[in-house]
Amino acid sequence: MNTRSARNAQAPRRPRLAVWKFASCDGCQLSLLDCEDELLAVAEAVELAYFPEATSTVLPGPYDISLVEGSITTPHDRERIQQVRRQSKRLVTIGACATSGGIQALRNGRDVTEFARIVYARPEYIDTLATSTPIAAHVRVDHELRGCPIDKGQLLATLAALLHGRRPPLPSHSVCEACKRAGHVCVMVAHGTPCLGPVTQTGCGALCPGCARGCYGCFGPKETPNTAALSAHLAALGMDDAARRRLYQTFNAGAEAFRKAGDA
Amino acid sequence: MKRLTLDGLEALFAALRGQGFELIGPQLRDAALVLGPLEHAAELPVGWTDTAQDGGRYRLARRPDRAHFGYVVGPQSWKRYLFPPEEVLFRARRSGEGFALDPAEPPPRRAFIGVRACDLAAIQVQDRIFVHDPGYQARRAAAFIVAVNCTEAGGTCFCVSQDTGPQARGGFDLALTELCTDARHAFVAEAGSAAGAALLDALPGEAADAADLAAARDAIAHAAAHMGRRLDNAGLAEALRARLEHPHWQQVAERCLSCGNCTMVCPTCFCANVEDRASLDGDSAERVRSWDSCFNLEHSYIVGGNVRSSGAARYRQWLTHKLAHWHDQFGVSGCTGCGRCITWCPVGIDITAEAAALRAG
Repeated sequence: MNTRSARNAQAPRRPRLAVWKFASCDGCQLSLLDCEDELLAVAEAVELAYFPEATSTVLPGPYDISLVEGSITTPHDRERIQQVRRQSKRLVTIGACATSGGIQALRNGRDVTEFARIVYARPEYIDTLATSTPIAAHVRVDHELRGCPIDKGQLLATLAALLHGRRPPLPSHSVCEACKRAGHVCVMVAHGTPCLGPVTQTGCGALCPGCARGCYGCFGPKETPNTAALSAHLAALGMDDAARRRLYQTFNAGAEAFRKAGDA
Repeated sequence: MKRLTLDGLEALFAALRGQGFELIGPQLRDAALVLGPLEHAAELPVGWTDTAQDGGRYRLARRPDRAHFGYVVGPQSWKRYLFPPEEVLFRARRSGEGFALDPAEPPPRRAFIGVRACDLAAIQVQDRIFVHDPGYQARRAAAFIVAVNCTEAGGTCFCVSQDTGPQARGGFDLALTELCTDARHAFVAEAGSAAGAALLDALPGEAADAADLAAARDAIAHAAAHMGRRLDNAGLAEALRARLEHPHWQQVAERCLSCGNCTMVCPTCFCANVEDRASLDGDSAERVRSWDSCFNLEHSYIVGGNVRSSGAARYRQWLTHKLAHWHDQFGVSGCTGCGRCITWCPVGIDITAEAAALRAG
């Protein structure tokens, strides 16, 4: 502890971390507060310069690392993300909303004016875009943390890698590999339970199959997802078109591969 | 050869525990037979079977008897104990201007209970692969192997084609053949090493007689005669090498999820990724090796891009390596006929069917 403090005292300054919120539920940024055992280490490694969920302190930019949660759903946020990018050396999007548009992307391609009229007593107060889009559709993104919510281990590994000048370890292969490494029994092969693991990106630690449930794809499409082959198998397991659409089009409904697989 | 009763089997477990071994064996979990620590013979999947395996399908069923080894192989192989899914190669700590390495821990002494002939062959394949790997070699040297000869075959088994089973032919400390009929329940035990012979001598039981040996032979022959799959290896490596541009690769790719399950469950697949992890303060770091798959894009990433970007190229890499190029690399086939890649492929792609289709085309 003492040597670490001494080194920090000698250091010119700690990297500045900012946490930004767009259209989202806050769950992903709370993953940072949820780090509990590692929270002190995070607070020592970085300066929390802007993180309204944690502190009212606001330090001016530029920021070394910006974590961006949420999707772009309003004209105001469309402008704000440009400012965030300009102030950020490294911009990391966190969570399904920021990386694919989130569950609110279900409105894409549908009549948002009609939704507002049904839901709100005074729809004229609502100033919203017709679509919910990921951050990468608006600005350059350095790294993406998938998931609804993100995985705390991936968040810490990403921060550690960025602080030490390395590429964050964020593999884009299937959930299945994590499932097999963990020694879980395949819910699809052994139980006949529909599972999106073979087309979904790893990173969650195969949480759902580890509880004998099918993966519902909250980490979004993996690299080269063969949804057509999986959909054919889901149909063979007895899943109808409506159920298949609901399975693919949830938290990552805006991700192209899952949108197409649901619409097919 | 000795004939052990159920009490004799329990005595074997107790003797191994007494020698300090952690026993690892098949057990029932989440509707499958998986490997894990156990202490008593009763913890084995007594009266269960898994022989009704098919492409992308695995279901357990009750047996009419109380057989302790009346099944074939589950999703896991002994690979996860000898070449673990994730292994810390070293840990380092900052000390002054340099760093210090944590001393390596001694390998666990484990007794593998119920190793089938196909998996015994797979261990011997990985022995060649990891010949210069100190961690693997230490774990291997610390392992005591109790093989079990198969007396039934599974729907995706083809060890007979691969000439690896169903009888264990060396590489074990003890080998058991279970005889489970209305008349008797016994295990014919054979020693395969000095350590195995010493242990067997100390176990209660009588010398196996001619009837025991004949019954064991018949039971193994029954398994050999009921293989669920078949692979014609004659000239197969050459045929595959001559068909690298065959349209069938693309046809498989249309079904293949490139999820990597086949490579994870394969008892010989050995690809790994090595990753350095550092603590937030940079005071400690570890180098971790974990299972990788040739179905991952990054596996073939070199300067300029991915060498095997298409699913067809990745499936071709896996199958031709397994059945053709493995011979050049290690002097044996990479396939032991365990059938796991068929059963645990979510969409049931069948290595024996694809190899046959390629050869025919």
